[in-house]
Amino acid sequence: MTALLELKSVNARYGQLRVLHDVSLAVEEGQIVAVLGANGAGKTTTLRAISGTVRREGELRFAGRPLGRSGPETVARLGIAHVPEGRGTFSELTVWENLRLGATTRHGSSDDDFARVLRYFPWIEDRRGQQAGTLSGGEQQMLALARAFMQRPRLLLLDEPSLGLAPLLVTEIFRIVKELNEQEGLTVLVVEQNAHIALQVASHAYVLEVGRVALSGPSAELQEHESIRRSYLGY
Amino acid sequence: MEIARRLAQRPVLLVLAGGCVFLVVGSLDSSIFAQQTVAGLAQGAIFGSLALALVLIYRATEVINFAQGEMAMATTYVAFQLTKWGLSYWAAFAITLVVAFVFGTVVQLVFIRPVQQKSVIAVVIVTIGLFILIDGLVTWRFSAQLQFMPAPFGNSVYHVGSVAVSRQALGTLLVSVLSVILLGVLFRFTKLGLSMRAAALRPAAARLVGIRVDWMLAIGWGLAAVLGAVAGLMTEPTQFLQPTMMQSILLYAFAAAVLGGLESPVGAVVGGLALGVFLNLIGQYVGFVGAALQLPLAFAVLLGVLLVKPNGLFGRALVRRV
Amino acid sequence: MKAAALAVTAVVIAVLPFELSGYHQGLAASVAVYVIAILGLNIVTGYTGQISIGHGAFMAIGGYTTAIMSHDHHTSLLATLPLSLAITFVCGVLVGIPALRLSGVYLALATFALAVSVPQFALKFSKFTGGSNGIQTSKTVSHLWLYGVSWSCAAIALAAAWLILRGRTGRAFRAVRDSELAASASGVSLAIYKTLAFGISAAFAGVAGSLFVLATNGFAQPNEFGVFLSLTLLIGAAVAGLGSLWGVLAGAAFVALLPTVSQSVPLVGSAHGQDVAFGLAVILVMLLLPTGAAGLFVRIRTLRPNNADTTES
Repeated sequence: MTALLELKSVNARYGQLRVLHDVSLAVEEGQIVAVLGANGAGKTTTLRAISGTVRREGELRFAGRPLGRSGPETVARLGIAHVPEGRGTFSELTVWENLRLGATTRHGSSDDDFARVLRYFPWIEDRRGQQAGTLSGGEQQMLALARAFMQRPRLLLLDEPSLGLAPLLVTEIFRIVKELNEQEGLTVLVVEQNAHIALQVASHAYVLEVGRVALSGPSAELQEHESIRRSYLGY
Repeated sequence: MEIARRLAQRPVLLVLAGGCVFLVVGSLDSSIFAQQTVAGLAQGAIFGSLALALVLIYRATEVINFAQGEMAMATTYVAFQLTKWGLSYWAAFAITLVVAFVFGTVVQLVFIRPVQQKSVIAVVIVTIGLFILIDGLVTWRFSAQLQFMPAPFGNSVYHVGSVAVSRQALGTLLVSVLSVILLGVLFRFTKLGLSMRAAALRPAAARLVGIRVDWMLAIGWGLAAVLGAVAGLMTEPTQFLQPTMMQSILLYAFAAAVLGGLESPVGAVVGGLALGVFLNLIGQYVGFVGAALQLPLAFAVLLGVLLVKPNGLFGRALVRRV
Repeated sequence: MKAAALAVTAVVIAVLPFELSGYHQGLAASVAVYVIAILGLNIVTGYTGQISIGHGAFMAIGGYTTAIMSHDHHTSLLATLPLSLAITFVCGVLVGIPALRLSGVYLALATFALAVSVPQFALKFSKFTGGSNGIQTSKTVSHLWLYGVSWSCAAIALAAAWLILRGRTGRAFRAVRDSELAASASGVSLAIYKTLAFGISAAFAGVAGSLFVLATNGFAQPNEFGVFLSLTLLIGAAVAGLGSLWGVLAGAAFVALLPTVSQSVPLVGSAHGQDVAFGLAVILVMLLLPTGAAGLFVRIRTLRPNNADTTES
């Protein structure tokens, strides 16, 4: 069975600077896969390479189809939702308008989609008219997640959801991600610096170092791995 | 009272409210005042339409389209040609709006898109080049002599008490305000409008939700051209059709757009109306300001406002992150 | 290499007028006029980052100074040049002070307001300025004289610009452009350098304006200094690009010569061919060379073998 997402020997560069070297990874349908690594390891660039936000070479396949030179607009229509670094929320628009934007690629009525979103994020109902930029960091992250979910994607790319959030909120976010994965069958590729929680939620993980895949394997194994424990888990 | 509290929080609204009260009182007091106010509003509506076009494009691309006035003028000539070929005024009006939309999108695709990634100043220069080019082409095709179109609203004058108000002024006001409202509805309530707003605010994030930002920009230019066409068609009855007809209107539109705050569509319209009324009243009551000083006066107002509110009346104070 | 190119150019410019007819001498002189004006604009916009679409106004002030002083007080034409320089410098500083509060497009439009207003003031205060008919100097000059003086002034302007820009002032200007916050945190007084940039650039434009008036038979008229002049200067500065004095020559030549050259465009006829051709040329140049002539020169320089592109940024 082919994986939902496959990357083979992907390179990416910003101008003259090569950031990803020969990165290969695979995500099976229904999995949560984590990409770990220090700052500057190329984790964000990996997601950008998939969504077409950055130029890349190499083989990228989604549901068997090569992604070619598709830009972000096309990739979104293929069923990949990318929640970028900084969340990509439209701070000047209202909460509801942000959600509506998630439905851009959907045709027909999105009433069902709104209902589903409200099931996972009930607090949104009361805040519909609030300007998104005035939400707290945690709420904005959840709004970004909700917006991505509105797209009804097959694959969710999540970039550092824990960034700038208090531990309780981080746990909550990942709880929702896990719920979406289990209840809605949403495949997730999450990039995280917080290896601890990422390895708890994900079934598989890749560790990037300086733009290359240094390690990969089931989370349980990686959690026991000596260097992972030392560098990323702190014990 | 809620309204009083809201007004107190936003001094700009307070000033505008005070201005409106002043206008109403003055109009009730003097019929000349009332006439000048109405005429000023009609003139201001034209400034506002063109200013709104400028703001639309500025919000989407951070570019000041110097060719907006000439594009408006060119589309007015299209309407002229259509009437010459036998169409009624309003049929020509409708077709011209469609032509203007296509014109605007084509200009964006052909001239602006190739440069817009490279530098803002290059795009501005291209719009200046377009200004010159369009002016030259229209003058070549139609010559510089004055042309006349059938009057859209007729020449009748209504009398409300002792106040004489021309049908033309009312019609201009109505058409301009209607087009602005329609545009507002488009942006607020439709999916396309939301996508366009998102594309203008955060193009990168918009792409991630699947918005084709490039198409949104082209459509934005198309809509701006439609607004310009309305402004041009509403200007023609008073200025008559000649290649230079929109050049000073463009300048007033700049002043109105900046006055209102370049990021604010509401500001552009309010700025235009306010400017129109202000200039008319000053022209009437302050003899020193003759024809030559109207434009500098508009800009003096502009400069005055900018010194107090550097981002315009409705502009947001930008918080710069260090 | 550079010095040699400079010497050759200087010689060419010195010898050229004797090969040209009077009309062409005048044309060549106008290139020098634009060199000076565009140089000034480049200093305030390109190097200090303050966008100005209003330098036509400073040219107007300089031009009218020359015309009025010559007409009313019979001042020698050459003597009006330093006077015009001083007056426009002061005007530039005066404009620079309120400009401190504005930035970006708001500054651009505020300076645009200036460009629009100054000719209108000239119309209004016709007692001093001759109104729409303008005012003329008491003496006119030959094309050769004009050529000589213009290019001498251009040479001085180029030298002055080079000296200013390579020194401490130039570094301060560039610092202000690149990051006002960092500049002021490093002790660069924004107020002083920003107004200085305006003053210097206005002075350049003022001298250019004086020469401009001399080039048009000594006439200073409001419609010559209208909006279009400021837009032309902006075009010239954009075509010139940033960071290259040679680029300024290219930009000046472009705006000074192209409208006249394009008068002989077939098909469209001379009256309107000028506009159509010039407009198209401006668009094409920006499409092909968005960073101006200077950008082109940079690209040419980096293509040479001893400047191999091995940088990893």
